[in-house]
Amino acid sequence: MAVQQELSERALELLALPEDEPCLLLDLGCGSGLSGEVLTESGHMWVGLDISPAMLSVAQDREEEGDLLLGDMGNGMPFRAGSFDGAISISALQWLCNADSKEHHPPRRLFKFFTTLYAVLRRGSRAVFQLYPENDKQLELITGQSMRAGFTGGLVVDFPNSTKAKKMYLCLFAGGTTQSLPRPLGVEQTQTRKERLWGKPPKKSREWVLAKKERNRRQGKDVRPDSKYTGRMRKGAF
Amino acid sequence: MKLFTHNLLTSSIIKGVTKGYPLKIVSRKVEISEKEFNPELIARLLSRVEWSALCEAAESVGHGGDLPTSVPENAEKDEEFLRKAHHVLMEIEVVDGDLVCPETGRQFPIQNGIPNMLLNEGEV
Repeated sequence: MAVQQELSERALELLALPEDEPCLLLDLGCGSGLSGEVLTESGHMWVGLDISPAMLSVAQDREEEGDLLLGDMGNGMPFRAGSFDGAISISALQWLCNADSKEHHPPRRLFKFFTTLYAVLRRGSRAVFQLYPENDKQLELITGQSMRAGFTGGLVVDFPNSTKAKKMYLCLFAGGTTQSLPRPLGVEQTQTRKERLWGKPPKKSREWVLAKKERNRRQGKDVRPDSKYTGRMRKGAF
Repeated sequence: MKLFTHNLLTSSIIKGVTKGYPLKIVSRKVEISEKEFNPELIARLLSRVEWSALCEAAESVGHGGDLPTSVPENAEKDEEFLRKAHHVLMEIEVVDGDLVCPETGRQFPIQNGIPNMLLNEGEV
């Protein structure tokens, strides 16, 4: 339960909504309302969509504030254009990649979903999907269809080096002015801001080593020729 | 289903439907509840409410009475108006009934306050 809550809070953070303003949000794959509760607690109004009547029933028992709809994301968004200030989805998007019946065609369903979602979002707003793609191919299919539908943005991977903590968020922008992708959590910054500003390569990296060798050559010093082994990372005590 | 949500819903997901709005409400059970009044939220939501569709919907569930025919000037500061809007948008819920597509007549049942927007194979 706590995990879902954390994922929802992070997704909400990635939405970058204006501070202290109540917004109207869409919760895709809202399930039993855990993510919706996070939205309510942050002062927002939301509408939840889920394909499982059983899960929605649980959400009702929990007396969630948001209105619930029984529906299939792959059929498209049944709303007027520009209705929502943002959309979140926790652990649901990968299900669109499954062909649950002979008639289902995942790429087409994904495309229908993304194009209609784009339409029901206000210009300049975002859609954030926390997802568990089965493999790279699935991830590519999802991101590809979202771009074809007109979204910009990309993947934010928190704690990319930890198998346990790693979480993926597809952060999409629905038009508006160009925005930069939010920073992922758990990624070490190897340079200070000043060093980045100066345009120097980070200390001891391969580029730094190559630049240093070039400087020495210019000074007329005797320098070994560069090879594919130059500046490579060496394990432990050398 | 609150009347606010109904105001956003369309049947445009059905193949061949152009606009699919507004959906007609056939209500069998309507509940009035009390919800916390948040003027800031209501003011914000007003910009995306289709007022005439809202009045029509309120009328069709038997709670049309009090509403002005159009949104007044400076509605965001008009607390009396915001309270009326809040009541109609948030406190009237259709628990049992149907939503009907204005173009195809297709019915979407509402059970336990949840509209069923699932489509059949041929409609996608």
